[in-house]
Amino acid sequence: MSSPKYWREMPQRYRLEAIKCKKCGKVLFPPRLVCPACQSREFEQTRINNTGKIETYTVIRVAPSTFVDQAPYIVAIVNLEGGVKILCQVADCELNELKIGMPVNLEFRKIQQEGEDGIICYGYKCVPKL
Amino acid sequence: MRDVAVIGIGMNKWGELWDKSIRDLVAESALLALDDAGIDKVDSMYIGTMSSGLFTDQEHLASIGADYSALCPIPCTRVESACASGGLAVRMGFMDVASGMSDIVMAVGVEKMTDVDGNGATFALATAADQEYEVFNGVTFPGLYAMMANHHMYKHGTTRDQLAQVAVKNHRNGKKNPLAQFRMEITIDQVKNAVMIADPLTILDCSPITDGSAAVILCSMDKAKELCKKRIVKIIGSGSATDTIQLAQREDISFIKSTAVAAKKAFEMAGKKPSDIDFIEVHDCFTIAEIMTIEALGFVEKGKGGPATADGLTAIDGKLPVNSSGGLKSKGHPVGATGTAQIVELTKQIRGEADKGRQVKNANLGLAQNMGGSGASSVVHILEGM
Ligand SMILES: [Zn+2]
Repeated sequence: MSSPKYWREMPQRYRLEAIKCKKCGKVLFPPRLVCPACQSREFEQTRINNTGKIETYTVIRVAPSTFVDQAPYIVAIVNLEGGVKILCQVADCELNELKIGMPVNLEFRKIQQEGEDGIICYGYKCVPKL
Repeated sequence: MRDVAVIGIGMNKWGELWDKSIRDLVAESALLALDDAGIDKVDSMYIGTMSSGLFTDQEHLASIGADYSALCPIPCTRVESACASGGLAVRMGFMDVASGMSDIVMAVGVEKMTDVDGNGATFALATAADQEYEVFNGVTFPGLYAMMANHHMYKHGTTRDQLAQVAVKNHRNGKKNPLAQFRMEITIDQVKNAVMIADPLTILDCSPITDGSAAVILCSMDKAKELCKKRIVKIIGSGSATDTIQLAQREDISFIKSTAVAAKKAFEMAGKKPSDIDFIEVHDCFTIAEIMTIEALGFVEKGKGGPATADGLTAIDGKLPVNSSGGLKSKGHPVGATGTAQIVELTKQIRGEADKGRQVKNANLGLAQNMGGSGASSVVHILEGM
């Protein structure tokens, strides 16, 4: 992964930075230049909520080369409080505990590392809410 | 807008074609289509390919395709919309003829996927998803469709067996298609017990990696009446639509809205409704995809795709035969070629030229649905025999 490509997404991946449409109130993650709901271009800074529920999931058994060491691992779409939905991995979860509707929290985690000398990439994963 | 007819079709034998380069693949189907139409030149050309660069290190496909089909100096345009590139190339050709810019146009779809290894193919295919917010987190294409499958099963009660029945049915059709990649029948148990790729999808729920191409020649109706010695097949509807690149950002994870919107446009243009249609080819990149697309196209109610498949609605002798060609599942899925191959199949069926055992009875009105990524783009065409 090139460093500019990784660097420019850090605000979202490290701090869950998002924007809220001033006209219709929709929260957009990642940030955009125009609101897909009302086409307004005026926003205020916000963050996405770090709690939500699993809307759907899968277990990746055959992984891309950068994730081979982690397989099998769980990927889910999480419906966060406040209405934003994101895709992320589910960590610290036994496969037999996993189910749709399960409450989760987002945590800051290592996502991938490209080879021995590659950038170590961090971001968010969700974990079961205790 | 002028009326547009399909006057030539060509498709090579699909599979792992180690001895053929991407230029050979384009030329092979282009020549078959020219021969089928009984002509030796066209006014312009469109080539649909998803990622010739990542798969073969070759860009500038418009030039190399026209060059090796001996069609220079005609204008040629490359079209890309991930796995819907072929369908979109047909749509561009349709617009070219309908507008009056060209009288005869060729649309070729192609993908050469086996010049890279499995990791290379996975990487190239994943570029159809959101790199920064999906692929970055480790999801694969089977993974995205697996999440749609789990959502559909949870929401609508679709079963593991119903998913498998899509694959079983499509392999039964593909066995009778000499151009198909995997010409063998499979059972529900084989699908369920095959190697798991992304739960609940096994390798037999997934379409394969394929080399192949397919070409169609489109022509103004006036000229088609002069030139065409076979039954004239008219494109009566064309629709195309987009949706969010991220699956997560869709309101209903297991509903393909882009297909529903594209179909609405195509049906409106054609002046037809789903109950008028005799047979369809849909984008079964994964078993769950066929179930979701027959719902989005309006042939069955939302959530009823699984039971409809199990009840035999979509079998070759059912009320609505789906994927008489074997679909992506058995015929193969050279991504950029899939959309044009669907038009080849509809035309073959309407002409009554399909192979023994897979000719649909009274095939006059057919529909093709081709989609990109996890459904972020869709193209729908409706064809009718004259
Ligand atoms: Zn807004």
